[in-house]
Amino acid sequence: MSNALLDFEKPLEELQDQLTKAKQIQEKGKVNVDSVIKDLESKIEKTRKDLYSNLSAWQRVQLSRHPERPYSLDYINAITDGHFTELFGDRQVKDDKAMIGGFGEINGQTVMFVGQQKGNNTKMRQYRNFGMPNPEGYRKALRLFKLAEKFNKPIVTLIDTPGAYPGLEAEERGQGEAIARNLYEMSILKVPVICIIIGEGASGGALGIGIGDRVLMLENTWYSVISPESCSSILWRNWDNKERAADALKLTAIDMNKLKLIDGIVQEPVGGAHSNPGGMFDTVKAEIIKHLGVLNGLSPEERVKRRIDKFCSMGVYKEG
Amino acid sequence: MSWFKRIKEGITTSTSEKKETPEGLWYKCPSCKSIIPSQEHEDNMWVCVKCGYHERIGSAEYFAILFDDQKFEEFNMNLTSDDPLEFVDTKKYSERLIESQKKTGLKDAVRTASGMCNGYPLTIACMDFRFIGGSMGAVMGEKIARAIDYSIKHKTPFLMISKSGGARMMEAAFSLMQMAKTSAKLTQLSEAKLPYISFLTDPTTGGVTASFAMLGDLNIAEPGALIGFAGPRVVKETIGKDLPKGFQTSEFVLDHGFLDIIVNRTELRTKMGEILGYFAH
Repeated sequence: MSNALLDFEKPLEELQDQLTKAKQIQEKGKVNVDSVIKDLESKIEKTRKDLYSNLSAWQRVQLSRHPERPYSLDYINAITDGHFTELFGDRQVKDDKAMIGGFGEINGQTVMFVGQQKGNNTKMRQYRNFGMPNPEGYRKALRLFKLAEKFNKPIVTLIDTPGAYPGLEAEERGQGEAIARNLYEMSILKVPVICIIIGEGASGGALGIGIGDRVLMLENTWYSVISPESCSSILWRNWDNKERAADALKLTAIDMNKLKLIDGIVQEPVGGAHSNPGGMFDTVKAEIIKHLGVLNGLSPEERVKRRIDKFCSMGVYKEG
Repeated sequence: MSWFKRIKEGITTSTSEKKETPEGLWYKCPSCKSIIPSQEHEDNMWVCVKCGYHERIGSAEYFAILFDDQKFEEFNMNLTSDDPLEFVDTKKYSERLIESQKKTGLKDAVRTASGMCNGYPLTIACMDFRFIGGSMGAVMGEKIARAIDYSIKHKTPFLMISKSGGARMMEAAFSLMQMAKTSAKLTQLSEAKLPYISFLTDPTTGGVTASFAMLGDLNIAEPGALIGFAGPRVVKETIGKDLPKGFQTSEFVLDHGFLDIIVNRTELRTKMGEILGYFAH
């Protein structure tokens, strides 16, 4: 396991060091340390299970941002087994690198994929604008949604963004309008729409590609109106209360599912999606196939009606 | 040497004999600093007679301006937030709500009503910024949704008057989903071929801009209003530079193609009549 460890995974560090040493000794071949290695491996396994069986909201937020976590294109390439053609541009201003999309194939069925894309090194992170789309990104997404609708292809969106980009040009080109338009248009798309939060689901930037017949969250992701850090800085006027804010916002998959604001949780491998990406991709693929099967059985009118009714039923209030 | 010599020390007028100007007799414009008699200011619909600055007003004032003979039927007056997340920051959200209700006499940040405007039927949802910054929670989403339902049922145009800092953080994802809910609901109004007029007033930002406020068949605004997705402070921090003059004002947003017209509040009533007429005839 070469994964970078998060602060709460510290108990694993020493065990992993020991394991590395034991393996080195083994390689030199002078002493038989098989039993020691086995011992350490099972200890690591158990410690990891314990750590992951009781994650706090903030720890899940950390996992959702793990630098080795798979991003949208990783999922799409794996799920389609490489049968994916990326399509670019919003046909108006430019191509937004923070929002990707295109046609792919799952089990012989064409699917339109759209998702925010983060980069996996400093250069690529900048290139992808840290997964923060500009209005062009949302308009590109909408263009692809409409293309899918025209040819009756289902849509899968993969959500992973720290927010829509709050820049000057984004304001000039109508960030608010671009997101609003997507909420409106996605509500009435005639084809099945599945939205999966694979990392961060920050506010309007996430919701802008998040109106679906099924909205699913991977186990270690978050989805809310604001990030815990920003929430802390607004309500407590500092960043020190991010853990408390994470709890208060009820932003984990478990909370969101309990509140009926999403349609389901997708289990991650123990240790998070990055600890076993292959396993994660298989699970996500199976989920897509499962939900598409159900959704394909409904008429477009029925799907749209249920989709609108679902979002319209969200909200708790007192009457009288 | 001074010319006058003080005979008695200190202030000798007893409190009861003090002559004070009654409060609220004068209005000082925060923009041009002119001092205007309050009555004159009110008669001009809270728009500065000197410089045209639009003072923030609430639903009571907009309803009075827009509805014929100030007559209207208000809906769902007792809908209140239920604090589903039992949200606590430096204060309990439930306590914040009660405080705001006491302070403002309002139940939440939006009021919805229907009546006649220049002889045309009209349903209006109007926000009150005084109530937790006009923030959007589940009550706002539901009241807007129901007002749209009313518009559809009674075949009236729908006017949304926005004045909000955005989503209500204390309702977290519930508040986020109100963006989805209201936008989805607007598709039904559209399906019914009823006009939706979005009226953006100072300020309209965040989740409100990124949902129903930008979705009008006509997007109209008051002059000089702050309209944007990200707040100016956030944008400034992002770009690390000072913002250009006039950034995110109504005039800026119109120039970039996201507003149809800017209407002075003193002409709002007449303009609404004209607009409703275009759709009706």
